[in-house]
Amino acid sequence: MHIHRYEKYWLGFGFCALVAFIIFMFITAFVNGHHPSGGSEVIDPTHVEKTPPFDNPGLHQTGENEYEADIVAMAFGYKPNKLEIPLGAKVKFVITSQDVVHSFTIPQTTVNMELVPGHIGTKEYTFKKPGHYLVLCNEYCGAGHQMMKMEIEVLDHASKK
Amino acid sequence: MLAKSKDNRLAFAFIATAFLFFFIGTICGLLQGLVRGGVIKQLPYWLDYYKVLTTHGVSLALLFTTNFIYGFFFAGVHKTMGNLSAKVRAAGWGGFWLMIIGTIMAVVTVLAGDASVLYTFYAPLKASPFFYIGLALWVIGSWVSGIAMMAHYFQWKKQHPQETTPLFGYMVVGTNLLWITACLGVAATVVLQMIPWSLGMTDKINILLSRTLFWYFGHPLVYFWLLPAYAYWYVSIPKLIGGKIFSDSLARLSFILFLIFSIPVGFHHQLMEPGIGEGWKFIQVSLTLMVVIPSLMTAFSMFASFESAGRRKGATGLFGWWKKLPYGDVRFLSPFLGMLFFIPAGIGGIINTSYQLDEIVHNTLWVVGHFHITVGAAVVMSFFGITYWLVPHLTGRTFSKSMNRLGILQVVLWAVGMFIMSTAMHVLGLYGAPRRTAYSTYGNDPVALDWFHGLVANQLYLPIGAFLLFLSSMLMVYLFIHLAFLAPKATADERVDFPISEAEHPEEKPPVILDKWKLWVGICVVLILLAYSVPVMDMLHHSPASPGYRTW
Repeated sequence: MHIHRYEKYWLGFGFCALVAFIIFMFITAFVNGHHPSGGSEVIDPTHVEKTPPFDNPGLHQTGENEYEADIVAMAFGYKPNKLEIPLGAKVKFVITSQDVVHSFTIPQTTVNMELVPGHIGTKEYTFKKPGHYLVLCNEYCGAGHQMMKMEIEVLDHASKK
Repeated sequence: MLAKSKDNRLAFAFIATAFLFFFIGTICGLLQGLVRGGVIKQLPYWLDYYKVLTTHGVSLALLFTTNFIYGFFFAGVHKTMGNLSAKVRAAGWGGFWLMIIGTIMAVVTVLAGDASVLYTFYAPLKASPFFYIGLALWVIGSWVSGIAMMAHYFQWKKQHPQETTPLFGYMVVGTNLLWITACLGVAATVVLQMIPWSLGMTDKINILLSRTLFWYFGHPLVYFWLLPAYAYWYVSIPKLIGGKIFSDSLARLSFILFLIFSIPVGFHHQLMEPGIGEGWKFIQVSLTLMVVIPSLMTAFSMFASFESAGRRKGATGLFGWWKKLPYGDVRFLSPFLGMLFFIPAGIGGIINTSYQLDEIVHNTLWVVGHFHITVGAAVVMSFFGITYWLVPHLTGRTFSKSMNRLGILQVVLWAVGMFIMSTAMHVLGLYGAPRRTAYSTYGNDPVALDWFHGLVANQLYLPIGAFLLFLSSMLMVYLFIHLAFLAPKATADERVDFPISEAEHPEEKPPVILDKWKLWVGICVVLILLAYSVPVMDMLHHSPASPGYRTW
């Protein structure tokens, strides 16, 4: 099979770029720890509201400047429907759905979690700008999908004092 | 030539069905654009947004594409390998009618409002059992027709043991093998999980497993759309521009690479979800990116055949051949514009699959913009180009200069509409605007209101683009009807032919190994088992099942 010389250069360049790209992505993922949302814990999807931590949804402090946000998604909203988070705090979102597939998405951040009933999704994030954030569902979940939202207020305590 | 018309009648039945759903689907597209841009804030209750969205997706992504592909393929295998045997033709018709029955069942349940589950029908959204049974019949019908085409190829090969198989036939076999292997996933979730569950025989469903089986199918589905467009690019376009196929063997190799690397990659659609290990996601991301190789091969081939055709016509200098391309011929112009769309579309695809980058764009309007320039431009514009010669070829009518001019208007309208709409969608996606969502300001939230005020990131571009696309599609439907039923019958020297190019080096035989289909399917199966066995076993054992819901 004859391959034109220029095509060999072209494919060689493409293949090298591809390998370099995969190595770069691998390092950012497994050395620097930049992974998209995930999680290996499971839960009975029909008993979410009775299972910790979702029996007490909300923001819970877990360390100095570290919090866990336990949230339940449902058609068509979130419990709680508002969170206040201190600026610069490391927040671990721990979220599940009690009915169909939803998402927990904060536009213009890297928080974009697919919520599969029966599984618990997790994602860590640190808010670096104070102010109002909209949370919405970007996975179609039914007739009221376009209404499904909550709010996050990132508070700058230092500037208030 | 009665036998000829028999095969062409089968091809025409598929093409006509395709355009019926093109008509329905693009009307839905206009309605969605109007709602999303806030021009119509609320559709009447009997025409709910998500019902329209489901009809749009099912009509265009599944029904238009598949029917068109089968019509094109049947016409092409008839052209390159002669009359179908009576058995093969009967199987082709059998598949056609099974697909029609399945389609009617699914479409009626969608229109009745019993299946507003979108064309991805993710559990635990639970539609009427008729929807799932219709889908299963449709898939089985597509297999029957696909196997008929492959049988025709292997019969030809048996009868011509010394000859190289026609490139078109080879591509038909590659595409159908891809389709059948891919459909095993969706067939498994529909037949084993969803049908018993929707009939009430089981009360719960393993959601993560179902999603995984769907995306095992969902990604190769996009290559199933793309490969027939590639077949047109490789086999017919060189002829239209007065050139030759740059390399017959490399064209075959690129189809093999698509077959191997398009299936064990579905996790890149599930990067944001729990229950799948990070290592497994990363392995499938890497396999996904391998598709870069056959894509670069195809790009090289296209431009190489453009250049050699231009030089054959006397072009000089480094880029003189650009001026020698037949831009006034809609059969070339349409797929050519599609190729231009495919350059940013391919780059966008790499972004989508790139693990961390997907966090920014996953399930946003970016993704909608992406598949509107891949399938909605590169693929569909190739299909438009095919339509302008295939329909008069099948019906024995003329394709006049004035039809060609209207055709150019049609594809330019489409390209402009798609450019406006998809550019806005991409940018809106970067700002977080969600896909598959009716008109909403989220209670006048400032973040969402910004999506109506941007210079580029503005949802008002969606109805503007959708309106141009709608005009273009109505013109296309008119031209289809004209070419099918109204244009004058062609005399012998006006006959429109199926363009089949010659190879640049016909003396060079493709390596025998490229025809070892069992080997390639075997490699494909091994990669699938490597990429999927462990995570799927994990899902079978650990993923909790859930009852069904009807939330619409």
